[in-house]
Amino acid sequence: MEKEAGFIHPYVPNAAPEQRRKILDAIGVKNPVDLYSSVPEELRVSGLLNLPEPLESEHNLRDHVEKLIAKNQSTKEYLNFCGAGCWQHSVPAICDEITGRGEFLTAYAGGTYSDHGKNQAIFEFQSLIGELVGMDVVSTPTYDMGAAVNSALLMACRITKRRGILLPKSIGSDRISQITGFTKPVSDIEFIDTHPDTGLMDLDHLKNKLTKNIGAVYFENPSFFGLIESRGEEISELIHAAGALMVVGVDPISLGVLASPGDYGADLVCGDIQPLGIHMYAGGGCAGFIASRDEERFVAEFPMIMVSIAPGATNDDFGFAWSTMQRTSYDKRHESEDYAGTTQWLWGIGAAVYLSLMGPVGMDELGRGIMQRARYAAEQINQLEGASVPYLEKPFFKEFIVDFSESNKRVSEINEMLFERGIFAGKDLSSDCPWISQSALYCITEVHGKSEIDFLIRCLKESLS
Amino acid sequence: MSDQNTKFHAARWNEPLIMELSEMGARGIKPPVVDDEISNIVGDVVGDLPEGARRSKLPTLPEVPQHRVLRHFLRLSQMCMGFDVATDMMGTCTMKYSPKVHEHIARSSKLADLHPLQNVKSLQGLLELMHSFNQMMCEVSGMDEFTFQPASGAQGIYTNACLIRAYHESRGELDKRNEIITTSFSHPADAATPSVAGFKVITLMPGEMGFAEIDALKAAVSERTAGLMLTNPEDTGQYNPRIKEFVDLVHEAGGLCAYDQANGNPLLGIVRAGDTGFDMCQFNLHKTFSAPHGALGMGCAAVGVKSHLQKFLPRPLIVRDHSEGYFLDYNQEDGIEKIRAFVGNVHAVLKAYSWMMSLGAEGLRAVAETAVLNNNYMLTRLRELKGVDIPWPVNNYPKLEQVRYSFQKLFEETGITSHDIIDRMVDYGVQHTMTSHVPMLVPEPLTIEPGESLTLDEMDQMVKILSNIIDEAYDCPEKIKDAPHNASTTRIDADVSEDPKCWAFTHRSFERKRTAWSADDRTKIERHGGGY
Repeated sequence: MEKEAGFIHPYVPNAAPEQRRKILDAIGVKNPVDLYSSVPEELRVSGLLNLPEPLESEHNLRDHVEKLIAKNQSTKEYLNFCGAGCWQHSVPAICDEITGRGEFLTAYAGGTYSDHGKNQAIFEFQSLIGELVGMDVVSTPTYDMGAAVNSALLMACRITKRRGILLPKSIGSDRISQITGFTKPVSDIEFIDTHPDTGLMDLDHLKNKLTKNIGAVYFENPSFFGLIESRGEEISELIHAAGALMVVGVDPISLGVLASPGDYGADLVCGDIQPLGIHMYAGGGCAGFIASRDEERFVAEFPMIMVSIAPGATNDDFGFAWSTMQRTSYDKRHESEDYAGTTQWLWGIGAAVYLSLMGPVGMDELGRGIMQRARYAAEQINQLEGASVPYLEKPFFKEFIVDFSESNKRVSEINEMLFERGIFAGKDLSSDCPWISQSALYCITEVHGKSEIDFLIRCLKESLS
Repeated sequence: MSDQNTKFHAARWNEPLIMELSEMGARGIKPPVVDDEISNIVGDVVGDLPEGARRSKLPTLPEVPQHRVLRHFLRLSQMCMGFDVATDMMGTCTMKYSPKVHEHIARSSKLADLHPLQNVKSLQGLLELMHSFNQMMCEVSGMDEFTFQPASGAQGIYTNACLIRAYHESRGELDKRNEIITTSFSHPADAATPSVAGFKVITLMPGEMGFAEIDALKAAVSERTAGLMLTNPEDTGQYNPRIKEFVDLVHEAGGLCAYDQANGNPLLGIVRAGDTGFDMCQFNLHKTFSAPHGALGMGCAAVGVKSHLQKFLPRPLIVRDHSEGYFLDYNQEDGIEKIRAFVGNVHAVLKAYSWMMSLGAEGLRAVAETAVLNNNYMLTRLRELKGVDIPWPVNNYPKLEQVRYSFQKLFEETGITSHDIIDRMVDYGVQHTMTSHVPMLVPEPLTIEPGESLTLDEMDQMVKILSNIIDEAYDCPEKIKDAPHNASTTRIDADVSEDPKCWAFTHRSFERKRTAWSADDRTKIERHGGGY
């Protein structure tokens, strides 16, 4: 406005003087500022904002940002053994190829006809997750697993018309925080003890807690600490006998080898899809899902957009539609019990590509390999002076606790020493799981071969001595 | 202007479902083999699993060779109208060019392969970037600190509702202050998320100018008021000039004010939430700040607060220590519970930062003004078309970045609905526009937001397309009723996806239920809506 000359920039073509003049003439105003007459003068910014000088050339911009992030050390440079809700897995090139496609990347709210391919890709996502978890209904992607658990717990409470939620103590503190914040206006949370012999839910305590107020019981399999729950059927019988619903959180990458929650009586299943072909992005790779049986009372409570297949105009032709949007906060507004919005669909497409590539045999091999590697690592660590792996004799998947309390060293010290040797150590549990003494949560996946694990063992040994 | 779009036909690959491409024994990729030495030591670990823990049979995933998986999803991508390939003026969505260079930077392992909990000394570049961007956003908004944890606009607005809750709770007033006030033309999330956070929500309806009047607010405000949550301009593209009085009234009553800046594109460098008196705000980095929309996400909401609310922001906070560098402060203290895992969609933050760094202050203002200019150009052209009205004729203020048009007259004269129009638009090779969020107060609405990225020629093409469709509505309405004709799939029977007996959200459900698609007792739906 001060500068009649306009502004020439590759991203804003009509800010250039000639284009701007044409548009102003067509509209019949002299100056863009005339179009802001609804904005009172006293609310307007005078002059320009105080922002860094722009880097208008792509070269200079790229140089600047790349130098900035070059200060990071990635898991490609350091050996990473940290999981705890975001896990380093191998990402197939084709996942990146597809999630990088501009047609998907820059699509948004198009519908049945304009974004047929996006909808089909998400339907494939739903279908493939459905096969893994053994459920007929799968949601579009959620923000992350915590958001999926939040919505699933409140769905269960609405379906049962009860307020009570039971959570095992053995879930991560971040997830407890997410659940508490989200559910507190309408639900009451109580915790189930962990049995010291198994590291899993104490079923006697669960029985005592299963009153007629309990609408939902949630547990994770594998647990936050990697332990596998084999009593799914027994737990589901207890929960159902009390009139509550069972919500199970899974790591979908385990489901090539671990029992499908649909087979042991889960009513709602949640999980994070980041392991399925999505880079970690410092946690930005997280995205979740909810699954259930195909019952109207369940589908009616899903809060998000749901993509259904539908027949096309000719034989064998099909398309996809956003089903029953009246369920969602887009329609319910102030009557909403949950909310819908833009979530993480692109990662859903990536996960669909991943599962299509892996197939049944790939998921089986991958799951087996992770369990073997993790057991090998745990057994080796357990032999180190000053380190032990509790529940080593129990089955676990991908993650396990390492107890360093006998080393007389703090986890934070050990982790620093490992860092100096080029290792991102396991998550320090002593700060946010105060009931566990100096311990860390280690994560082993298919990216760790014997040489990487043996290097960790050597470095741990040095750090502990 | 070119007339290319009248000859458009979308890619129609008739691509089967991935399950139907399965061939027994085919492999798409092989995971790394376990070292023999490991197998020899630990044995077959899966075989040792107790009965109830082991999967009884392999999952029924498809078996497809690698190139066919690639081809399948590439074909699907080709049947999708992202902004990269098609003009998209979807109202309320702020579609704009997402610079490619940002994608190429973000794919670097220096960002993509970071673990959120890795030693903070190895995250200095990321934290510096986020810290700098935080400061830049404070300058843009007049706020004092931001969090980037929420992954979408709705989650950002939800965060605002949680901040309001925490504030009143900290003062022991939450029991009596349990009402949030919003407006009918604010995004549905401004009404929905405070409801989820436990508030009662009062929605102000528009007056004759098309936005809520001050008297309506006065009637709603009381000692029960916890806060005000709204957009301005609203989803109609109209800015409420009395916004400062709204904010002051709510403050006088003891409430907080949250500015949903999902529609912030026309105000960059023009108006700041903080200067208007708002206590907090949120911007959609995947809309206004050019991070790609990701086929419905990965988004990011930047939620900003004034200093008196800083202590309530969700943890971790990014803190700069001049001797130690940057670190993540997890100390919970008064912070609200976690909104999303870890620190949020950092790739969206990097792209938004890069965008702002490439534009600078002058560029930001040019973006805002051009978005408004382009919208008023579209308005000037579209208001001349037959059957099109601009609601609230007494409101003579220019619209800002979008307009909610009414095609009611066209409907009355031809029977063609706004939903029919959007289906037909696809035949011309453009993304369809949005109709309206609920409540649909404008009859037969189309909400059009051109943004700042498009050229005059692209805007003229869109006008021509809408003009052609209007001509068709009068001359050959059946051509629209049966549309689309040239899209990636044929017209579907949308009753199926609404009917519990027929809907199918997975392939396994589809196989079981497709026979019901031809049953006689199917639910018939009178009129389908559309346009979210």
